Amino acid sequence: MEDDAPVIYGLEFQARALTSQTAESDAIRFLVGTQSLKFDNQIHIIDFDDENNIISKSVLLHQAGEIWHISASPADKAVLSTCYNKTSESRVVTCGAVWSMPPEWESGSHESPDDPHNSHNPQNLELLCHLDNSAHGNASSVLWEPMGDGKRVISLADNHALLWDLTESSTQATISSSATLEGKGQLKFTSGKWSPHHNCTQLATANDTAIRGWDLRTMSQIYCIENAHGQLVRDLDFNPNKQYYLASCGDDCKVKFWDVRNINEPVKSLEEHSHWVWSVRYNHSHDQLVLTGSSDSRVILSNMVSISSEPFGHLVDDDDLSDGEDNHQDEKSKEPLQDSIISTYEEHEDSVYAVEWSSADPWLFASLSYDGRLVINRVPRALKYHILL
Amino acid sequence: MDGDICATDTATTPPDSDPARKRRVHGMLKLYYGLNEEGKTVDQAESMNPCDINGTHFDPEVYLNKLRRECSLGELMDQESCMVKQIRSLDSDMQTLVYENYNKFISATDTIRKMKNDFKKMEDEMDCLSTNMAAITEFSAHISGTLQDQHAQITKLSGVHTLLRKLQFLFELPARLNKCLELQAYSQAVSSHRRARCVLQQYSHMPSFRGIQDDCHAIMDKLAQELRQKFRDGGSSAEDLSECVELLLQLDEPAEELCDKFLSHAQSRLEANLRGLEAETDILEFIDRGCNEFVSSLCLVIASYQELFVNRPQEGNLASKDIPHMAIGKLHAFVDALATCYFSLVERRIQEEKSVGDNSLLVRALDRFHRRLQAVAKLLPGSAVPSQGTEIVVRAARERIKQYLAALQSFYLDSLRDVRQALAAPRLATGKDAPASLPELLSSLSASILNQIKSVLASVHLFTAKDITFSNKPYFKGEFCSQGVRESLVVNFIKFVCQSSRQFCESAGDRGGSTPPALLLLLSRLCLDYETSTITYILTLTDEQFLVQHHSPVTAVAALCGEARGAAQKLLNHYVKVQGLIISQMLRKSVETRDWVNTIEPRNVRAVMKRVVEDTTSIDVQVGLLYEEGVRKAHSSDSSKRTFSVYSGSRQQTRYAPSYAPSAPMDTNLLSNIHKLFSERIDIFSPVEFNKVSVLTGIIKISLKTFLECVRLRTFGRYGLQQIQVDCNYLQMYLWRFVSDENLVHFLLDEIVGSTAHRCLDPAPMEQSVIEVICERG
Repeated sequence: MEDDAPVIYGLEFQARALTSQTAESDAIRFLVGTQSLKFDNQIHIIDFDDENNIISKSVLLHQAGEIWHISASPADKAVLSTCYNKTSESRVVTCGAVWSMPPEWESGSHESPDDPHNSHNPQNLELLCHLDNSAHGNASSVLWEPMGDGKRVISLADNHALLWDLTESSTQATISSSATLEGKGQLKFTSGKWSPHHNCTQLATANDTAIRGWDLRTMSQIYCIENAHGQLVRDLDFNPNKQYYLASCGDDCKVKFWDVRNINEPVKSLEEHSHWVWSVRYNHSHDQLVLTGSSDSRVILSNMVSISSEPFGHLVDDDDLSDGEDNHQDEKSKEPLQDSIISTYEEHEDSVYAVEWSSADPWLFASLSYDGRLVINRVPRALKYHILL
Repeated sequence: MDGDICATDTATTPPDSDPARKRRVHGMLKLYYGLNEEGKTVDQAESMNPCDINGTHFDPEVYLNKLRRECSLGELMDQESCMVKQIRSLDSDMQTLVYENYNKFISATDTIRKMKNDFKKMEDEMDCLSTNMAAITEFSAHISGTLQDQHAQITKLSGVHTLLRKLQFLFELPARLNKCLELQAYSQAVSSHRRARCVLQQYSHMPSFRGIQDDCHAIMDKLAQELRQKFRDGGSSAEDLSECVELLLQLDEPAEELCDKFLSHAQSRLEANLRGLEAETDILEFIDRGCNEFVSSLCLVIASYQELFVNRPQEGNLASKDIPHMAIGKLHAFVDALATCYFSLVERRIQEEKSVGDNSLLVRALDRFHRRLQAVAKLLPGSAVPSQGTEIVVRAARERIKQYLAALQSFYLDSLRDVRQALAAPRLATGKDAPASLPELLSSLSASILNQIKSVLASVHLFTAKDITFSNKPYFKGEFCSQGVRESLVVNFIKFVCQSSRQFCESAGDRGGSTPPALLLLLSRLCLDYETSTITYILTLTDEQFLVQHHSPVTAVAALCGEARGAAQKLLNHYVKVQGLIISQMLRKSVETRDWVNTIEPRNVRAVMKRVVEDTTSIDVQVGLLYEEGVRKAHSSDSSKRTFSVYSGSRQQTRYAPSYAPSAPMDTNLLSNIHKLFSERIDIFSPVEFNKVSVLTGIIKISLKTFLECVRLRTFGRYGLQQIQVDCNYLQMYLWRFVSDENLVHFLLDEIVGSTAHRCLDPAPMEQSVIEVICERG
């Protein structure tokens, strides 16, 4: 069975920010934010037609500044948040804001792929509210409450984690609580992740080489993995199915998997990339699939079966086994499964700063490199059927 | 004829020769009576001649004729007178003979007559004797008939007498036994009692005998008691003991019990011996004492025991047949139990022998231990003791190998610590001279390790020396050499060296600085040397010294070399990573901490860049001390300038030009991508080769890539961009000479400046000439 070729889409600008549209569960849709100091920055809404292998894009203008981080509301398709650089009076400030897409973008501004620069100007994003945190420094990321109603976000600004309540259709944001990282020197959160487990009461953050866990009810630290990586920790992700499992990646070229109940040793450590690893993502449904992107311009898809929630493969109920074919498959799944690198994707020419699984199709993912190239890839079919059957 | 006659004449003529004459006469008489056959045969031989005058066939006619024919007259006359003389003498002889014989006849007749008379008289006396004898016979019969009764009575009486004597013996027995007891003449008492025992047993139904028997029993019990007492008392000599045992056995003491007692008695003594073995003395002394006291007394005990119980002549009435069997069984159990105690003591003592300094003492002690146990083996053929002893020796040898391995390992770690200190110390004292001693440190380290291995091998070799008794055991011939020395000791040590070297990468990996990079470099070279020569040398040495016969599979040299090479590679990679990281950190700090938007116009190369170049140079020197130069791609003489022109020349123009033209932002990416399409992908943290250029290339790659990534995270003002231009130009001037392919440096620096320009709010690049002036001034 031949795998489909990757689909490549080029942006005009350099780009670092990529997210899948979390609230959209039917269409395969990714949002990309560009970085340009000289032109109006854009948000590209990229739809992928899985059957025809065709990409269609829409562009919305993000005039506030170059986008460093983007995330989509889990509840409302039209709502998203960005962290952007604002340059004023030779000062560069990073701010966070919640935006809404104009309602007519879908109907009016569909462009054909062969005509990227259409005549009429793209529409602007509509500002819902600023996550105004001038008192707290530069925002590095904005996190939505996972599977929430889109009313709560956390922003990480320098050494503060701020929990915001969005009210009045997200047009008002008020800080409900905050936590501050104290310590020597200039501490700064580099990234964070809101845990989908424990009723969404936990947050994990990374600063320098340490990973910290926070309890959002009391806004206090619950664990701290000092020296989680030899160098800077770049990204974190929670295992969607195993509540204590956490993946991290960093400048030591490693991807580490942690059980936060035992923070002395990582459960597993991978060293496959030949430069810093910038992004790590668990597949939303099949947590053995782990995606990493690195500044060695590679994307690696790993199969971490041994520490997944399905260490023995997909367990099929006996009732479901109706015919001989199923039986055969069942036997196959009982073979000992081993952790392995499934595939290394080398479509990028520049550093890959973001990778993301599609929220609609668990077998599909996108990766974004600095030169503005977005690549959409699929999990190899053989593996897909192996997991499913 | 004459001659013959003359001869006979001469023979007969001397009348005085009496015996001859007599014989002749005698012979003639015989001849006459025809008695002598001898004479006949002689005659027959002679008588054939008819002329022989003495022969039987004498024919006078022939004789006369012959004479007449042959002889002259004178001769005949002589012959005739001679003949006459002879006839006359013969006649007189004849007369004498007849006379003599007549007298003899007369006397013989008289004798016969006298005898006749005497016989008559004798007959009468004989008759008288026979009548007397008949009378005597009758009389004798009469007497014996009368004495018959009395004889029977006397026989009976004498029987009673002996019985009485026996009875007296019996009655006196208790007293006698008592006396014997008093005098301690035990053996006499026992033999007396033995004699009486059966009788007493037989007549025990009679009260009086019963009494005696009881008395005897009581006394004998007492005696047995006393014997036992004596037996139990430790002091008695072996001979006494054996006598005791002998007597007790005769007293029907159960042999089993005796064996037990004997053994328990011996056991207490031997245990005392064992207790006497103190652990404080040194091992040789300990073993000596053990051998002299315990083992030799054990041998004594075994010998005397066998004498007493096992080899004793079978006395049917005493011993049931399985006594030797039973006794041997007991002896084995006894010896095994004691030997176990002894062995556990010895083993504990051997385990205390931890110092690895002098192996010969231990080997000698083990040898002695083993040798002495052979005595036990001879005495007690089926015993498991000697084999257990051998096992102890084997275990000790194994343990020893482990200890030597541990010692080697700790020696290695100590040497490493020394090297570490040596690396640290001069740096404190004299600054930059430290790396100068790297090759010396390496050679002294590897030499001292090699020496240590050799000395350990020599120590271990003692175990297989020819004069050591256990060296010809199969274990020491085969497994000890191959599995023990080669695998457990040498191979494991080499593996340990590799593994501990790897650990430097693991533990230090996370935080960097804990292991000095110079040490990593040195270890990597050490491992590489091991791969190329040392491992082969050590293993060959071992194989030669121990004549290893590989019965079981052993680690191949190639596998070990592979492991060493792996370790060397890993260490060198790690070295590159650590050094790269140190420089990266400098660059990163310098980029992150500066406000690039509001920086001033560049006047100088930043200090950090100079520092980077300095550090790279010193790394270059350091690596050059241990590794060869390596291959680099050919480059033109003015490399630094040539590359620099890339920035300022046409390429830069094409790259930056689109940014000034807002209408076509796509071109930038297009050009950049086309450029990348034709350049090879660069792996930043990739394995390096074992040479200086490759190492330096690795370090510079890491540093510059970090620089690039950091720049991309910042926003620059006009002067920020210019500063980066200056810095990159400076780096270009100095770094190209270190790397294998200078295009790599070009490419990365190009990327840095390009990315900076992208991240610049006001991208106005500096004039190349100005940059050059600034760089040269710096």
